[in-house]
Amino acid sequence: MSELTPAGRAALLAFTLLLLVLPAFATGHVLSVAIICLNLAYLGQSWNLMLGFAGLLSIGHALFVGLGAYASGYLFAKHGVPPVIGVAAAIAVAMLMGALIGYLGFRFAIGGVYFALLTIAFSEFVRILLDHATFVGGTEGLFLPVTRRSGVDLINLRGWTEMFYYVILALCVGAFVLCRAMLNGRIGYFWRAIRDNPEAAEAVGVHIFRYRMYAVILSAGMAGVSGVFTAFYNNNLFPEQVLGIERSIEITLAPIVGGVGTLFGPIFGAFVLTPMGEFLTFAVDGLKESGLIAKNVKTDGVKLMFWGLAVALIVLFKPSGLWPWVCRGLGLVKSPEQRG
Amino acid sequence: MESLLKLCSGFDPVTIGTAVISGVLTGLVYGLSALGLSVIFGVIRIVNFAHGELLVIGMFLALMLFRWFGLDPLWSIPIAAAVLFAVGYALQHFVIRRVAYLPDHYQFLLLAGIAIMIVSACLVIFGPDAQGVQLPYALDSIPIGSLIIDKVRLYAALAAVAVASALLLFFKYSSTGRAIRACADNNLGARVVGLNVDRLYALTFGIGAACIGAAGCIILLLVQVHPYLAPGYTLLAFVVVIVGGMGSLFGALLGGVLIGVAEDLASVCTQPSLKTAFSFGLLILVLLLRPQGLLGRIAR
Amino acid sequence: MAALLEVENLSKSFRGLRAVAEVSFSVEERGIVALIGPNGAGKTTCFNLIAGAMRPDSGHVRLAGSEITGLRADRICDAGIGRTFQLVKPFQDLTVLENVTVGALHNSATVAEAKREAARNLELLELGDKRHMHAANLTLPDRKRLEVARALATKPRLLLLDEVMAGLRPTETDRMVTVLRRLRAESGLTILLIEHVMRAVMALSDRVVVLHHGEKISEGTPAQVTKDPAVLECYLGEGAI
Repeated sequence: MSELTPAGRAALLAFTLLLLVLPAFATGHVLSVAIICLNLAYLGQSWNLMLGFAGLLSIGHALFVGLGAYASGYLFAKHGVPPVIGVAAAIAVAMLMGALIGYLGFRFAIGGVYFALLTIAFSEFVRILLDHATFVGGTEGLFLPVTRRSGVDLINLRGWTEMFYYVILALCVGAFVLCRAMLNGRIGYFWRAIRDNPEAAEAVGVHIFRYRMYAVILSAGMAGVSGVFTAFYNNNLFPEQVLGIERSIEITLAPIVGGVGTLFGPIFGAFVLTPMGEFLTFAVDGLKESGLIAKNVKTDGVKLMFWGLAVALIVLFKPSGLWPWVCRGLGLVKSPEQRG
Repeated sequence: MESLLKLCSGFDPVTIGTAVISGVLTGLVYGLSALGLSVIFGVIRIVNFAHGELLVIGMFLALMLFRWFGLDPLWSIPIAAAVLFAVGYALQHFVIRRVAYLPDHYQFLLLAGIAIMIVSACLVIFGPDAQGVQLPYALDSIPIGSLIIDKVRLYAALAAVAVASALLLFFKYSSTGRAIRACADNNLGARVVGLNVDRLYALTFGIGAACIGAAGCIILLLVQVHPYLAPGYTLLAFVVVIVGGMGSLFGALLGGVLIGVAEDLASVCTQPSLKTAFSFGLLILVLLLRPQGLLGRIAR
Repeated sequence: MAALLEVENLSKSFRGLRAVAEVSFSVEERGIVALIGPNGAGKTTCFNLIAGAMRPDSGHVRLAGSEITGLRADRICDAGIGRTFQLVKPFQDLTVLENVTVGALHNSATVAEAKREAARNLELLELGDKRHMHAANLTLPDRKRLEVARALATKPRLLLLDEVMAGLRPTETDRMVTVLRRLRAESGLTILLIEHVMRAVMALSDRVVVLHHGEKISEGTPAQVTKDPAVLECYLGEGAI
């Protein structure tokens, strides 16, 4: 809180309150959009850890989500293990995969774009393996039994949509608090040093491999938790849908638009892209209804095009993202001088 | 998972032979498409993540020309190459040049954004369904001994070799080609001797894109096109280029052939749907053990 | 005084070119030794070999008697050696204070403690008033002082300074010399520096080691070395003697 100006504090308060009471006046559709938005914000924070803090580009992040989803989903569907326990398995599997990829990347000194390709390769490889894994349903999917759609059962993650909303909101807030604590702490300083200048960081005693691995493993584990949420919210898992490269790219959009390497950027990005996407869909559908544009124009295509355009424009004109610009413009965060 | 254990030894030489031949032929086409990627990376050091999307534009173009004029995709090659040359040139000159000074991952993000836009435009214009061309010789084949070669594959491979040769000749013997190679070898040196590096980069991207466009026309002979085809081909091109060696033109062709053969053999020995997994496994191995690929000259 | 740093027959070749050839010298505790020589003599390579940025082909480096040959840079820092870089490497996106805090965290348990230590080091190098500036916005002389402050924050026993005076005006050079002398006097710091600026070499060093084509050609006090014919020849050419 100490780095926020009074305006910033007010904004944060308002934002938090809004999120807390949203279910009270949101319709079913708006609520499910809000859930998707928060999930994207959460995943964005996890992805941001790897690139923004450790300097590693991952274009296969859906892999960790998928592993978490399948691990917990399988345990629940075939062995009745509740997600409250299953999440541990999900995190473990995701972290192991993250450790493997991270280790291979560092051991063989692969960086930059080659590392990104490594992440895609692993993601696709696992996806295709899952397509053929009959014990989790393969291409026909893994289905989780839905015992109830009302009430609140946090052990089994079964209940009202509102429950899911608060779960993802809690996850999102938890992620934010965790990232903030780390960034302000020892590990954050070392991460930023490694990101900026690995050679200089090593010269002042920072163990580069170890701290990069922390970032990768943590990022993967966080994504795995999102996988658990996805599995129990959607109740069905298909490799293509959960691990497809489109999912991986989707995860990168919010942090890029909001600001890679910033704390609040991914959240801001998610809350910009999702409502705008929805608005666009709504507008296009409306225009189709009123006959202003052809009926066979695919609404999905338009939304996708908007997102692609947003990313391209941000990279070209505001590579550090929208959030730093908004922050400065509205005077929400204190500068280093003001912080003292 | 029993299907994974089907052994190659159970198959006769004819099946294997046919698979190898069709693999080589398909592989040459993969190689042509990868050439585009390799040229761009070798010279400008840009990893073109919109590769598959440019390919798909080429495919849709050939599709439209077939629909409107009955033009066999092979005759569309010059047209698609020209159109994509313009697209590539414009992309490099107006857009990509601006992020040259930013860290690598911004290039990827920009091209990913552009790729998304292209895919969505295709979705809007053409819809998500797969569409293809019906050629009169589609089902013909040429028997050689007891081996069977598809006419379509043969023509595709010949066209690919023709385009690739033209490209290799251009780089070896034309003055522009040599100028471009100079830029690739030594950017600063090239500027010092007065070469207009920006223009040459734009030209290179255009040429790479033209290559991709030609490859698109040829691939339309073999598969049907739909907007979501793109990412798969981008990844495939990467596998080919990394195995064969980034920056090496022969390497791209060699890599293509290797991947083509590996895939066709894999689909004969195990399940066809696993062949892509095999390619990715190979990519992982190559990235780890020999990132410069078989013939690559670019250090990591 | 016992030798803190011992370099013994250190060698490194790059594809057939002998950059450092059987170089041996030592630096005694609380001593200031300058490593000089024409460009390409192998001075920075020597530093890189000692500091763990490169591994030597052969030879030994010992700090207070313990082998540190070929250790990775962060382990060298643990052993008690801090270094600056010839081409300065600040953490661009961090503020001056944060830059030095990264160094201070090497020995501090908490960030708060590290920040205090960092502030102290900044004061030593007269950068205190710029502590909230982003490193990317500093002038070159300030960046050099930042490098020194950051290295000092790791509480080294031996400080390796690579051309820290390059590009400084004479008054700035004198200030740096004063700071370094004070550090040696007050905290017992040992310093090995590469320098071309003779003003600093003469004012600062107890002893000088001269390298040429990767070999040590002379060693002694500044006065001795500047009169050594071998040294004069390598700087001025044969005809000048």
